[in-house]
Amino acid sequence: MENEKFEPKIVAFVCNWCTYTGADLAGTSRLKQQTNARLIRVPCTGRIDPVFIIKAFEKGADGVLVSGCHPNDCHYNTGNFHARRRWIFFRQLLDFVGIDSSRLYFSWVSASEGKKWVDVVDGVINSVRKKGRFNGYKRLNKETEIPVSAVDKL
Amino acid sequence: MKFGYYPGCSLSGTAKEFDLSLKEVLKYLDTDLLEINDWCCCGASSAHSASHLLSVALPARNLILAKEQGMKEIVAPCAACFNRLKVAQHELQNDEHIRINTEELLDTKYSDGINVLNLISLFQQIGLEKIKSNAKVDFSKLNVACYYGCLLVRPHDILKFDDPENPTTMEEVVKATGAKPVDWNFKVECCGAAHSIAHTEIVENLSMKILDDAINYKANVIVVACPMCHSNLDMRQKNIIKHNPGRNKIPILYLSQLIGLSLGLDHKKLGLDLHFIDTAPLIASLSENEVAV
Amino acid sequence: MRIGVFICHCGENIGRTVDCPSVASACANFSGVVHAEDYKYMCSDPGQNLIKQAIKEKNLDAVVVGSCSPHMHEKTFRKACSDAGINPFLVEMANLREHCSWIHDDVPSATRKAIDLVRMLVEKVKFNEPLIPIRVPVTKRALVIGGGISGIQASLDIANAGYEVVLVEKEPSIGGHMSQLSETFPTLDCSQCILTPRMVEVYQHPRIKLVSYSEVENVEGFIGNFSVTIRKKARSVKDELCTGCGLCVQKCPIKKVALSDFDEGLATRPAMYVPFPQAVPNIPVIDRSVCTYFKTGKCQLCKKVCGREAIDFEQQDQLIKEDVGAIIVATGYKLYTIDKKPDESMIKGYGEYGYGKFKDVVDGLQFERIASASGPTSGEMLRPSDKTTPKKIVFIQCVGSRDESKGFSYCSKICCMYTAKHAMLYKHKVHDGEAYVFYMDIRAGGKNYDEFVRRAIEEDGVKYIRGRVSKIYEENGKLIVKGEDTLAGVRVEIDADMVVLATAMIAQNDSVKLAQTLSVSYDKYGFFNESHPKLKPVETSTGGIFLAGACNAPRDIPDSVSMASAAAAKALVLFGSDVLEREPVVAKVNEATCAGCFYCQKVCAYNAIEQKEIKDRQGNVIKVVAYVNSGLCQGCGTCNATCPSKSVELLGFKDDQIFAQINSFAEVF
Repeated sequence: MENEKFEPKIVAFVCNWCTYTGADLAGTSRLKQQTNARLIRVPCTGRIDPVFIIKAFEKGADGVLVSGCHPNDCHYNTGNFHARRRWIFFRQLLDFVGIDSSRLYFSWVSASEGKKWVDVVDGVINSVRKKGRFNGYKRLNKETEIPVSAVDKL
Repeated sequence: MKFGYYPGCSLSGTAKEFDLSLKEVLKYLDTDLLEINDWCCCGASSAHSASHLLSVALPARNLILAKEQGMKEIVAPCAACFNRLKVAQHELQNDEHIRINTEELLDTKYSDGINVLNLISLFQQIGLEKIKSNAKVDFSKLNVACYYGCLLVRPHDILKFDDPENPTTMEEVVKATGAKPVDWNFKVECCGAAHSIAHTEIVENLSMKILDDAINYKANVIVVACPMCHSNLDMRQKNIIKHNPGRNKIPILYLSQLIGLSLGLDHKKLGLDLHFIDTAPLIASLSENEVAV
Repeated sequence: MRIGVFICHCGENIGRTVDCPSVASACANFSGVVHAEDYKYMCSDPGQNLIKQAIKEKNLDAVVVGSCSPHMHEKTFRKACSDAGINPFLVEMANLREHCSWIHDDVPSATRKAIDLVRMLVEKVKFNEPLIPIRVPVTKRALVIGGGISGIQASLDIANAGYEVVLVEKEPSIGGHMSQLSETFPTLDCSQCILTPRMVEVYQHPRIKLVSYSEVENVEGFIGNFSVTIRKKARSVKDELCTGCGLCVQKCPIKKVALSDFDEGLATRPAMYVPFPQAVPNIPVIDRSVCTYFKTGKCQLCKKVCGREAIDFEQQDQLIKEDVGAIIVATGYKLYTIDKKPDESMIKGYGEYGYGKFKDVVDGLQFERIASASGPTSGEMLRPSDKTTPKKIVFIQCVGSRDESKGFSYCSKICCMYTAKHAMLYKHKVHDGEAYVFYMDIRAGGKNYDEFVRRAIEEDGVKYIRGRVSKIYEENGKLIVKGEDTLAGVRVEIDADMVVLATAMIAQNDSVKLAQTLSVSYDKYGFFNESHPKLKPVETSTGGIFLAGACNAPRDIPDSVSMASAAAAKALVLFGSDVLEREPVVAKVNEATCAGCFYCQKVCAYNAIEQKEIKDRQGNVIKVVAYVNSGLCQGCGTCNATCPSKSVELLGFKDDQIFAQINSFAEVF
């Protein structure tokens, strides 16, 4: 029942030159989409530290989207390559620590792909809505809580 | 030296002289051929027109057998067999899907590791100096047109053998015998191939152009490394002459036969009396040039 | 911090879907916000005045504007706030239009989203620091590498604007490939006639320093401050003494040994030579590999006849250093010579066309030399093998271009036009000759280009056959060209007297080496990469280095000239001020916490990270840390994300600033 009213909270980290501009284009073209996503602008996906993503989940995000320039088109030449490599390992780390890595989405959206941006965002929102609220972080916190009695024994 | 041997259908049948001459030459050069036990058809042209899976599975079976029988290198003198074996290897290495289906069909696991050689690369492995140092007959007045046909050099990406438009490896072998390869134009032009059966006139037309160019460049003989090439240029030459009277004949030899002659081996043992276009005049002219050992 | 929030209605654009007054009043309650208001048009003069007023009255430290995309008006609001006394980098914009009102319908949820978006930036701005634009001095001199038509154009533009240019050319003369051409399309102008005046202008220009027969060896520095080392190769002639009389060239006895590069191997030139009569500078060079003196110590005829004692056999290469502020790369192209396929030496590429085997199969530049009045046949249409007039000539387009298996996948752009030109030149000289062109497509997209090709077909009777050629071979002195006519569906065989191949335009042999010397990126074919294919076609990834002409991609003369002027304009923009001001969104290292692991250096695409020694008062090195050259840093932040200790931070996008946004993203959701 709760899921009916459940609206997923999505944080999107987008690169200034491609995806942010592509999202602007979606706006200029008046392409309607759902309201669940909040965008955070960075100069390049290369700037995105994996910690940001974990922080987003901690602060209530049910899904996180990272989007940048297509490989070879990065405004800073290689930033998105470094980002891409980071995510390969980060995904595995997420699973390892118990955060469902399928709640983390990546896309390459160029400045001219307004329509694609809408598809990506709506796709992510719908997909996360199906998965339900992200409780993993709260659960983790609980699991890693050290009971007071145990502290005495340390 | 030892090599695994995949004769294929032609060398056991219509291209018997290829088989005979190859074995004679290799015996002389102290090289052993170990025939793959229980080898089957390579699929040739028929399999890949009928079923992709079959066209890979048939050669795969032979490769698996060769590996089981401890062979590292196998020689497939017939260009079509060579081509099919190499293509199958390539597909099994690069297409996961095909490999799984093939293994399922054959009920065995496939693993790489066999080096497949054609006639020319076989002699490259043995070493051209061996041919050169053992030459008994003076071939310096012999002009040879090297005919590669299509299957030895194409598709280049898979076979990675020589230059597909202007190959020169056969010429190197011919030079080692002392003969003079001619720089002619029709090295890789189509002879008509399997149209030999159903559309013989196409083969006559195309093969005639090849013979003409060789004759134009003053070749005394055309040397081939493929039974199909041989059949179209030799067997069909009779009809070509019949339909175009007044033509000069030009004998067609297998590369192994040319080498055999250069080594002074008996022409009967090289199968030179099994041709359609008489090789006797050529042999006679060569024996005049025989040099004492 | 005292923050002011300004929500714009943007007329109806935002106001219709987002309840702006509610957003403003919600923001007024955020901690740190001391002023919040909404207005119809924030970017207008009255709107900006509202902001300036609020800054003064409420003593604001920072401003957040909720309106359109920052790509639209960030500069506007930054300037307005700067005028009112706030550092422009303490101004942030929340995108309530493109990212909110224009893409949503539901007013309540759009309004909540707007509040969240503004909130995120209010939290971010609390961590903003004032930033000052970086100032770098500019050396107002340019280096142009390559003296072809592109290099010449760029040099003249910059020099005429009043700045000094150093023009480096690796051949003994400037002019490039254009000087080899007979006529240019679509006007059929005599190529040298339109080129040589420019060459002379360059030579005589007081502000152009021409360094010919030289190559760029090393480049150091950054935009506005490059230090270039040039190797001036030894001509064996003292150029300050030589008058260009040409007596030494006449007397040189070694006339038949060396092939002339200028004539594309169709003629020889002496050991002591000038590449062509109109060469600039008109100073000869001794080819030491064939000169008798350098091989045996004998001869010295040239020295004997030189009235100015300009011959210097002892001359060595010289290294020259030049300081410049901008570099323009105009090194041009070469033609695919069909002897080796790139990356794989086994295939000789197009062996079936017999190029190199049959003397009468030539390429485009060779045909230009045959057609040229100053060429090996004095402009008469004679084929190389027996110097007879070809009665049937075949032109083949797309040799090596648009061919992934044996050549290059791209289109060389100029071949359709120059083949039509060649066919027309042939027909003009051999009236009863037959010309055939085998083509795949006709690409004649420039001004008057299509009309030019139609002229070749309709007026000059050139026969165009759509199809490819499978083989060329020689028979009885004729070249048999076997191809097909795909439109008629038949095979075609032509007994030609001569064949001209339109071979692909490719990058110069040493383009990759030069690209690495300049730290400019290049593609898999060796062409230099532009910064952005649509909007920055003449800039490169390295600030201060610009591109012109065919070194970037196959290009014809008009486009090369345009591009050269564009590159010159870019250099002039740089020279327009004494100091270069750059956006201060650059990385900065905290030298106290930096451990000197240099992971940042490994990921920097601009080589902007250097090593800096931290010394104690006695001058001993305590540690080596990273240091960001703010002239080179472009502000991507990859180093920030890579640094294990977060000692390097991207100003304007630091971790704190981003965390602030993450922490507040769903307050009202």
